[in-house]
Amino acid sequence: MSSFLSIPNPTAARRLFLGRSGLLLSGAAVALLAGRDVLAAKAGDSKAADAQILNTALGAELEAIAAYQVGAESGLLQKPVLALALQFQGHHREHADVLAKTVQKLGGKPVVAKSKYSFPVEGLKVQADVLRFAASLEQGAVSAYLGAVPLFANRDLSKAAASILGDEAMHWAVLRNALGENPVPSAFVS
Amino acid sequence: MLEGALLLAALATGDPQAGEAIYPRCAACHALTYDRVGPRHCGLIGRPAGSVAGFEYSPAMKRSKLTWTRENLERFLADPVGTVPGTTMTYAGVPDAKERADLIAFLTNAKCK
Repeated sequence: MSSFLSIPNPTAARRLFLGRSGLLLSGAAVALLAGRDVLAAKAGDSKAADAQILNTALGAELEAIAAYQVGAESGLLQKPVLALALQFQGHHREHADVLAKTVQKLGGKPVVAKSKYSFPVEGLKVQADVLRFAASLEQGAVSAYLGAVPLFANRDLSKAAASILGDEAMHWAVLRNALGENPVPSAFVS
Repeated sequence: MLEGALLLAALATGDPQAGEAIYPRCAACHALTYDRVGPRHCGLIGRPAGSVAGFEYSPAMKRSKLTWTRENLERFLADPVGTVPGTTMTYAGVPDAKERADLIAFLTNAKCK
């Protein structure tokens, strides 16, 4: 199937559009983070410092992927919420993938996922507990990226980190909404 | 000396409840009772930097020779990367002195059991 115009029905068109959009966004993210030749020309110290910032973010993204896996396997998430959690986990995978590639491009060694993570699983009794846990991770991620954005020597990386921040802020808002909380409690994040 | 006294006075105004509301900002990497991307915060005050058993610290943090007094924590929270160059806590810091004092008051009084 080569064109949206040749798709037989709106559902199939929407499915294909969403699928293609994902690919396009992924490609744009890679371009943002890893595709700029100017990165290779940056001085060594700033490249190493930028790689360290990205590696810290990568560590948190890998932990978030594992956390969503715990949530997905908990048996506590109802079907529409489970699909949402898996979608968000997929976003974190995309973030991790592009962060790792960029660390490598900057001459660094990407951190890898830990063999074991500690999560407060004993406190996860109902769906809302899982959502609250995920929301806390997303809120923290927003703050972490906000704190990283001004540190990059390369402003393209600041822009890319802000792009990820925006995505994780949307996750946080959706999770708050699912919990019956005000999805956007303030005009600024901190 | 005057600067130190002023800092101590500022820290004394820290409100643990306000600090608890700020602490979720740390939740991408930290928890009170267990290690994550960053080390656990329970027992932080008075602990030598880089000393949680089993946690993999940056070489910079391990050789920082800092002890997490409230004053040192205040300096670090204001500018983590400037205070310990090479730290993996690549975060611009908490710019507001009152918020730092509140956060430190929360960490000092956090229930860890």
